[in-house]
Amino acid sequence: MDFLQPSTMAEALAAKAEHPGAVPIAGGTDVMVEMNFDKHRPPALLDVTRVSELTEWGMDDGRVRLGAGVSYTRIIDELGDRLPGLAMASRTVGSPQIRNRGTVGGNLGAASPAGDAHPALLAADAEIELQSTAGTRVVKAHEFYLGVKRNAARRDELITAIVLTPPSGPQQFCKIGTRNAMVISVAAFGLALHPDRRVVRTGIGSVAPTPRRAYAAEEFLAAELESAGLWESRAELPTALAREFGEKVKAAGAPIDDVRGTAAYRLHSLAVMARRAVTWAWTDYRTARGT
Amino acid sequence: MRITTTVNGQQRVVDDVWEGESLLYVLRERMGLPGSKNACEQGECGSCTVYLDGVTACACLVAGGQAEGREVVTVEALADADGLHPVQEAFLECGAVQCGFCTPGLLVQTHDLLARTGRPSDPEIREALAGNLCRCTGYEKILDAVRLASERMASR
Ligand SMILES: Cc1cc2nc3c(=O)[nH]c(=O)nc-3n(C[C@H](O)[C@H](O)[C@H](O)COP(=O)(O)OP(=O)(O)OC[C@H]3O[C@@H](n4cnc5c(N)ncnc54)[C@H](O)[C@@H]3O)c2cc1C
Ligand code: FES
Ligand code: FES
Repeated sequence: MDFLQPSTMAEALAAKAEHPGAVPIAGGTDVMVEMNFDKHRPPALLDVTRVSELTEWGMDDGRVRLGAGVSYTRIIDELGDRLPGLAMASRTVGSPQIRNRGTVGGNLGAASPAGDAHPALLAADAEIELQSTAGTRVVKAHEFYLGVKRNAARRDELITAIVLTPPSGPQQFCKIGTRNAMVISVAAFGLALHPDRRVVRTGIGSVAPTPRRAYAAEEFLAAELESAGLWESRAELPTALAREFGEKVKAAGAPIDDVRGTAAYRLHSLAVMARRAVTWAWTDYRTARGT
Repeated sequence: MRITTTVNGQQRVVDDVWEGESLLYVLRERMGLPGSKNACEQGECGSCTVYLDGVTACACLVAGGQAEGREVVTVEALADADGLHPVQEAFLECGAVQCGFCTPGLLVQTHDLLARTGRPSDPEIREALAGNLCRCTGYEKILDAVRLASERMASR
């Protein structure tokens, strides 16, 4: 086995082009579990922790460019105001030690339906930047997840950054698990209201083969808010509307029964989380927090 | 492969490290530092917690090669010439140690908590130690020990 240790982006991309079977390792919180249990022995590990473009974040034309290798702890500490939904999701990941090492790039690389960053990225209309020696391309979050643990990155590409627009409205993230810490979600829900564009975005986790958006629920809520003039009036959100939104989010799920929960429980909790999240988000919008 | 890293203030060079080997294995089996414990090798228990460049991490989830040129501090370095660290003393006095397998990880994680947060609240303590499992004590004595250490360190 090889251990490739590039210190610049150019070196990293060259290494990936030359060794497409090399497994990138960032925080190692997924990769090392596999190594320790000998599930998978790749031809090479490609350590991406020394490439500063990956471990930094910055502002680019009003948007946040989050290096794929920025840890959850740093997102929580440094980006809570600019990326509230992603920071909320980050706070629920694993334990302090896992958050100190784990990265959004790693979550995207693993592309588990249960990854907690995904609902937040979907709701925020995030874009994933992929680079190779052939160039750079950008994939929208909702086009990134292709199947169970499969994503849109080619074998010669690295996930280099996540690009997000700071929110124009409130964001929420909810997750159901068996206890408060260290849990893979049984179901997760991300929500962002975008009053500037008058659109609603969602992301659902652990309830389908991939993380996905609940399109019909998004359109339903945006249309109801529009026709009732609620974006301007900031009047109370009718409880029936919140409930119906929850039911429509639930309809986007297609979960399985497994050791963590039954499909029926996942769907039920998804509807409850969506109803609560929209209620909290609307309260934030009314009091103009989060705008 | 060869790894050169600073461990507890000393530069260490080890050879013949397998590329997929964890930092935990390197510390325990190649450097003779068995303080950090191996209880799960999957990040769940926190027994292997060390500082890597000043940030706590599960050593079982760090590839040995990722520690190249970095600074590692293990539980072995908490005590100094003057004796045990106040966190260690508090764990002993409060009966927070039974079989002791979880103790090294809890000591390092508590050391980090108290360095960052002078007088943590109970919820802050629970949150900071959420990734450290103990099968013996039931945690109450561990919480007592953290509170005692924080009082003593704050009053110094
Ligand atoms: C105890 C424990 C608890 C956990 N709890 C949670 C949880 O609550 N929620 C959650 O979502 N996850 C959880 N996880 C899973 C894991 O921590 C996350 O998926 C994390 O985001 C992985 O990031 P990493 O940097 O450690 O990834 P790594 O392990 O380094 O990599 C993960 C995958 O991504 C690929 N990869 C990494 N970086 C890149 C890159 N730049 N370009 C291309 N591919 C790349 C790797 O090759 C690998 O396939 C947990 C894991 C453990 C061990
Ligand atoms: S041995 Fe590393 S967390 Fe359990
Ligand atoms: S004292 Fe035995 S596991 Fe904690």
